[in-house]
Amino acid sequence: METDWRPTASIETLRERARLLAVVRAFFAARDVLEVETPVLGHGGSSDVHLASLSTQAATPAGRERLWLQTSPEFHMKRLLAAGSGPIFQLARSFRDGEVGRRHNIEFTMLEWYRPGMPLPALIEETSALVGDVLGRDPGPLRRCRYRELFRDILSIDPFTTALSEIRSLASERGGLEMDDASRDDCLDLLMSLAIEPTLGHEGIDVVVDYPASQAALARRHQDSEDGEWVASRFELYLSGMELANGYDELTDAAEQRQRFTEDNASRRALGLPEVDVDERLLAALEAGMPKGSGVALGLDRLIQLALGKASVAEVMAFATPRC
Amino acid sequence: MANYSTNEFKGGLKVMLDGDPCAIVENEFVKPGKGQAFNRVKLRNLITGRVWERTFKSGESLEGADVMDLEMEYLYTDGDMWHFMKTDGSFEQYAVEKKALGDTAKWLKEQVAYTVTLWNDNAISVSPPNFIELEVVETDPGLKGDTAQGGSKPATLTSGAVVRVPLFINQGEVLKVDTRSGEYVSRA
Repeated sequence: METDWRPTASIETLRERARLLAVVRAFFAARDVLEVETPVLGHGGSSDVHLASLSTQAATPAGRERLWLQTSPEFHMKRLLAAGSGPIFQLARSFRDGEVGRRHNIEFTMLEWYRPGMPLPALIEETSALVGDVLGRDPGPLRRCRYRELFRDILSIDPFTTALSEIRSLASERGGLEMDDASRDDCLDLLMSLAIEPTLGHEGIDVVVDYPASQAALARRHQDSEDGEWVASRFELYLSGMELANGYDELTDAAEQRQRFTEDNASRRALGLPEVDVDERLLAALEAGMPKGSGVALGLDRLIQLALGKASVAEVMAFATPRC
Repeated sequence: MANYSTNEFKGGLKVMLDGDPCAIVENEFVKPGKGQAFNRVKLRNLITGRVWERTFKSGESLEGADVMDLEMEYLYTDGDMWHFMKTDGSFEQYAVEKKALGDTAKWLKEQVAYTVTLWNDNAISVSPPNFIELEVVETDPGLKGDTAQGGSKPATLTSGAVVRVPLFINQGEVLKVDTRSGEYVSRA
């Protein structure tokens, strides 16, 4: 008998999921963070070279337009911040083309929140507290790991200074694939995924900081006070060998934001990827003035998966992509 | 053959890698928080049987392999080649080399159906049925009454395989054997 119609999560799991969503809302209510809902469809999309956006055609008052399914609610939420919303959070359906696996689903729930005026270390503490509340147990000690030191300790290379040829051959050896033309960041991404990520978050929460400036995405950059390298002001949070959250000291400078969009689209052209419409309204909002502060995006399905001891995100979603 | 991209990789898909046909065993999508996505793929080389672990950049593709599993009955060997015949009524025959026969050589019995894997219409491997019935051609004399005690002894079967059997089994008896574990199951 055909069983494809059945949910990928049990009804019992969906009850638990609903309970955990209430835990999340209570966490933010207690901290006076406003819940918002922003559109899934937008005129702009993410220009990130490593994110594939879905788009659709819609009949709007402006005629037939291409609208982008958001890869995260970031742009709309930043426009709210610029409009004076104060601290906000959202449980946002987000879409990333091609991402299906044990830890990925094309459509997923991003828990994203912004804290005007909050420095990054305080947001790291808050994110860990949220993780603990959803897990319903003490996740163990919080450890801050510098990107550079992880590579030195685990792989005996320096991500900033080791020769590219040496990094390429290590990536190629670890992955069993040709990396002769790969960029430094692509090699580091592969090594991070295969050799470092699996070792993180087994004794508590591991937070990785001080990523190379080239991996800043929409975070500010700063010069490291210890070694003088330019690094990104962002963190990633790991638990049980899995990346759960990505936080930024948010870029608020309109000119630099436009510059990064332009660079992304240039990289997209070079790689033969489709260019993405730049979100002019986000740039206008930054020009009008977005308060400085930090923000974080957390893969809620993964956190629920860990809280409920399941093997894949599909098991905590009513209908994962293959059955949607 | 068609090309398959990493997001189409799933268990059982047959693809070409380094010139050999392979079956995909497992495909894991991996992606750092921000950055390039990869697929960590386990593939079984259908010629050597070895399992390879390879990483691909997401979106890369591999050529499909023209591989088919067909049921065929074992006929005979001429010493160089082993001959099988399709069971679909076509009487079409395939000659199989010793290398492709592999471990299945010790489970061969005429008129039994085997699964023959063809790549570009050449036989590359043969798998036996899970259970097969074979006669004992040589073993130490049976011990009467010793049906309950443990204890076993080697017995050589008509196909050449040697299996451990209970002490009460005699030469000339037909046994049911599990070809996956190489273990005695029962008298046939």
